[in-house]
Amino acid sequence: MPDFTKPHALTDVPFHYCPGCTHGIVHRLVAEVIDEMGIEGDTIGICPVGCSVMAYDYFNCDMIEAAHGRAPAVATGVKRANPDKFVFTYQGDGDLAAIGTAETIHAATRGENITVIFINNTTYGMTGGQMAPTTLPGQVTQTTPYGRNTNVEGFPVKVCEILSQISGVALAERVTVTDPANIRKAKAAIRKGFEFQKNKQGFSLIEVLSTCPTNWGKSPVESLEWLKENMIPYYPLGVYKEGAVR
Amino acid sequence: MERNLMKGNEALAEAAIRAGCKCFFGYPITPQTEISAYMAKRMPKVGGVFLQAESEVAAINMVYGCASSGIRCMTSSSSPGISLKSEGVSYIAGSDLPCVIINVMRGGPGLGGIQPSQSDYWQATRALGHGDFQVLVYAPSTVQEMADYVTKAFDMADKFRMPALILADGLLGQMMEPVTFADGEIKMSDASGKPWATCGHGNKRPHNIVNSLYLQAEELEYHNVERFKRYEQVKAECPEAESYLADDADIVVAAYGSTARLARSAVDAARSRGIKAGLVRPITLWPFPDKQIKAACANAKRVLVTEMSMGQMVDDIKLAIECRLPVSFFGRTGGVIPKPSEILAQIVTLDEELKGE
Repeated sequence: MPDFTKPHALTDVPFHYCPGCTHGIVHRLVAEVIDEMGIEGDTIGICPVGCSVMAYDYFNCDMIEAAHGRAPAVATGVKRANPDKFVFTYQGDGDLAAIGTAETIHAATRGENITVIFINNTTYGMTGGQMAPTTLPGQVTQTTPYGRNTNVEGFPVKVCEILSQISGVALAERVTVTDPANIRKAKAAIRKGFEFQKNKQGFSLIEVLSTCPTNWGKSPVESLEWLKENMIPYYPLGVYKEGAVR
Repeated sequence: MERNLMKGNEALAEAAIRAGCKCFFGYPITPQTEISAYMAKRMPKVGGVFLQAESEVAAINMVYGCASSGIRCMTSSSSPGISLKSEGVSYIAGSDLPCVIINVMRGGPGLGGIQPSQSDYWQATRALGHGDFQVLVYAPSTVQEMADYVTKAFDMADKFRMPALILADGLLGQMMEPVTFADGEIKMSDASGKPWATCGHGNKRPHNIVNSLYLQAEELEYHNVERFKRYEQVKAECPEAESYLADDADIVVAAYGSTARLARSAVDAARSRGIKAGLVRPITLWPFPDKQIKAACANAKRVLVTEMSMGQMVDDIKLAIECRLPVSFFGRTGGVIPKPSEILAQIVTLDEELKGE
């Protein structure tokens, strides 16, 4: 019987993530896919500003830390120079859907052969729980202390829905990691993204609905329940676009 | 070697390709757009990459990624676009990556104008982004030098693992002059000789990390101090300046880039009137060629700084000569190009002052 061990694509460095945060699960899924495809030596990961900024210490492949929002541009630079390597970014919601909106949309429109792992937990985690572009209407954060008022702060950004309209996108899929069945689906989606990249078939993005118990002020279990009850109705799970672009 | 009649911007682009620049990431802005247009035409023919980014911010971050993987790469812009790139330049410097950046300066601040200017001197030499760092700054003054110094910029950037900037201006970018390129086959760069590159470890070495984040203050301090030790080597090796008729000059004009050519005409005109005038032209703006400036002014009685700005180089000249001589300034700015006759008038005035002493 095999022991439960870390994938090779993860280092032995312990994660700094808060108890109950789902970054650890998603890191593991990405690493398992890298192991199973046997591509660790040919993979370059890019982690921009956010809670996962120090993921360069966790992934065993070559890693680049990037400025806030710029990971898809950095990934483009790596990929254009090294078209046969695997390049992934790992970005949060503030990074990808606020400050990095232009970089995200244009990497997608170019059909850049990269895979984007998008962690949507409706909050700026690292800076202590401010409103994110994906914060739900009514949701209390440090900068929406009375709840997000759509008359004042506008509406949440639905990334997969936007990307589904873009020709360069080979995969836009929303998943979550609240339970084993969903974790398996999430891993399958990540694998699909890397396969599209392998075949040079276009831009792939996997949005993972995630929790932030610390900044939500909830226990890990309560957080999972809150995600299921509040996030999934607003951000329905599923495939928004799938198919080779080239 | 074949002589080609080319615009400064085009000569620079061709020289970059011949220096092994495999990837160019650009964004249109006057007066440097010929660089992008040339790269778009030429790169696909020689196995390189041209990509028009969605913004200057994206372009410099593409350079960051490409440089991380150990490949020679470049971006170019003009003044307002360089401001946008400054975030990325800081990350590149903080991660100790080599790359080449071109600034074909136009008037500022703000949207400014599209005519030639030298008003980004302070930005280039003092603060091309936040934090403790410098970039190597070369200031060519002919189309031939646009080609020659981009080659040198790539070599020095690689050698010292730092960004190198070509600080040109709209006049140099747009003017046509004969230019020759060193013979030889075009060979695109790869990551060889760059053991730090994040180009995939191939299961042959531990993973590489390109990073500028150090949450422990002492660790960040260590990296900054180490970087500045390297800058001492750069200061010892890289400063360049040209002097012209300066040895016996009473009045030395200090100017760089295209302004130096106008100043040289004024110096010739002054000499023909019997005024002992000379010229000193910094070629590297950082590191500043203090020794060469000081030597060129050794016998001078007055120094005149001439620029297409409000006098951004004046302090550096004063420091180089240790404030031993009176330094005056004449400049035009906002895109106005100084006339040789205007510079000559300044020299004549200084000469009359000296005679009156």
